[in-house]
Amino acid sequence: MCHAPGTTSPQPQVTPPPAFAQSRVEVNSWGPCASPEVLRARARMLADIRAFFAAREVLEVETPMLSQAAATDPALASMRVEDSGYWLHTSPEFPMKRLLAAGVGPIYQVCRVFRAGERGRRHHPEFSLLEWYRPGWTLVELMGEVADLVRHLLHRPEQAVEFVRYRELFQRELAVDPWHCTPDSLQAVAHAKGLGEDLKLDTDGWLDLLLTHCLEPKLGQAGLTFVHDYPPSQAALARLSDHDPPHAERFELYMQGMELANGFQELTAAEEQRRRFVFDNAERQALGRVPVPQDEQLLAALVAGLPESAGVALGLDRLLMLVCGADHIDQVIAFPIERA
Amino acid sequence: MASYKTNEFKGGLKIMLDGDPYNIVENEFVKPGKGQAFNRVKIKNLKSGRVVERTFKSGDSVEAADVHDTELQYLYNDGEVWHFMHPETFEQLTADETAVGEAAKWIKEQDMCSVTLYNGAPLSVEPPNFVVLEITETDPGLKGDTSGGGGKPATLETGAVVNVPLFVQIGEMIKVDTRTGAYVSRARDD
Repeated sequence: MCHAPGTTSPQPQVTPPPAFAQSRVEVNSWGPCASPEVLRARARMLADIRAFFAAREVLEVETPMLSQAAATDPALASMRVEDSGYWLHTSPEFPMKRLLAAGVGPIYQVCRVFRAGERGRRHHPEFSLLEWYRPGWTLVELMGEVADLVRHLLHRPEQAVEFVRYRELFQRELAVDPWHCTPDSLQAVAHAKGLGEDLKLDTDGWLDLLLTHCLEPKLGQAGLTFVHDYPPSQAALARLSDHDPPHAERFELYMQGMELANGFQELTAAEEQRRRFVFDNAERQALGRVPVPQDEQLLAALVAGLPESAGVALGLDRLLMLVCGADHIDQVIAFPIERA
Repeated sequence: MASYKTNEFKGGLKIMLDGDPYNIVENEFVKPGKGQAFNRVKIKNLKSGRVVERTFKSGDSVEAADVHDTELQYLYNDGEVWHFMHPETFEQLTADETAVGEAAKWIKEQDMCSVTLYNGAPLSVEPPNFVVLEITETDPGLKGDTSGGGGKPATLETGAVVNVPLFVQIGEMIKVDTRTGAYVSRARDD
């Protein structure tokens, strides 16, 4: 559970091999951070991914890294390429959905994505993402395929898989119901855990604080843990269920206390998508961040008709950390940003 | 007033919090898959030495603490405060008992110390890693025992008490590691 102030959070149960001993970043050094063994493991992982999808007849595609539109999600900061008027993508989601709308069938892509300001033990502003879409599939079917792929890439075919609803996770571990709580009630829970004494957050902010500080470290310690059925306010680009109350048809995969993947039953309604874009940009403005151009081409594709699909994005650098037993993302990247 | 954004956070950065200066010991960026990012930091209160954990919303700003380290020469103690001097500007500064702390039992006149200044005044004093001090008091022990086995307490000219080998005598100069308080060797005249 949560730790009192002054103690450290639990680290993932991995023992870094000796090759990592000297691999932390020293700025202005020309050499790579990742060891030759890790570079080979990365190449093998990419080859395994391509073989996995080839066998399942999922088409590899490439879409532009540069876009006239940017991610409106207030929690994402897109990087802009000065003078060009283009933004670097934070994920290939929008153009891949346009391919789905054009009827290309199941597709996947491996690419670099860019997110400003994200830097830490598990974050790097430029990272490798595997994203794939399954038209006609349910979220449950997709979670099964994600588990198959991850177990295959980890060379652990017997790895246990568990599923837990977001709501049950909070009820079980923190005795709060994310569907019936207020910022004040969540703040009280956080304070009781010695967290966030001087933070001012909204409901989702407190839920995020509790998730990252108290719950995440425990997730996926026995194998793969899928957290699913998110609060509607955290739908991002997921469809809302028609339950009462509704939930966002979204999942996150955790392993050894680390988030690896995020999946959606994709929102296909153009009007709802437009409403979320507008809401996001209003939120950005309220937070003092610049509004960004919304993707009109995605909206046009949704109007034309996106097939009901399930889609997921998986962070390959983090997965490689698990494959290699690394405890810092720099150990699996040839040249981290400080040496870029 | 100078301030730091959370994306500038790193070990060693000095920030102000609740009116006290803190040193960032460790900074971790945490972010759920979608949603609010946080900087979870371990920070040390530079006045009390206490280490605590704090979480900031990523993107927030924190006031910078006017804290920096400088090498100063220790001049003398007037019974109340310790006087230091900058070796180049000859500017003199005084440090009180709280700031000098444990360093008091190791430093002697003319030693160079690493002094942490906060708003221009000494906040803490680090003695040199190794000091050479004279033994003012210790049991005579056994003459001719140079085996180094065993030991005895010895009081040094600054008042510090360290464990020394039996063969070391009153009036001798010895080298001590101030970080551990351990005897290192007899000081040779070189």
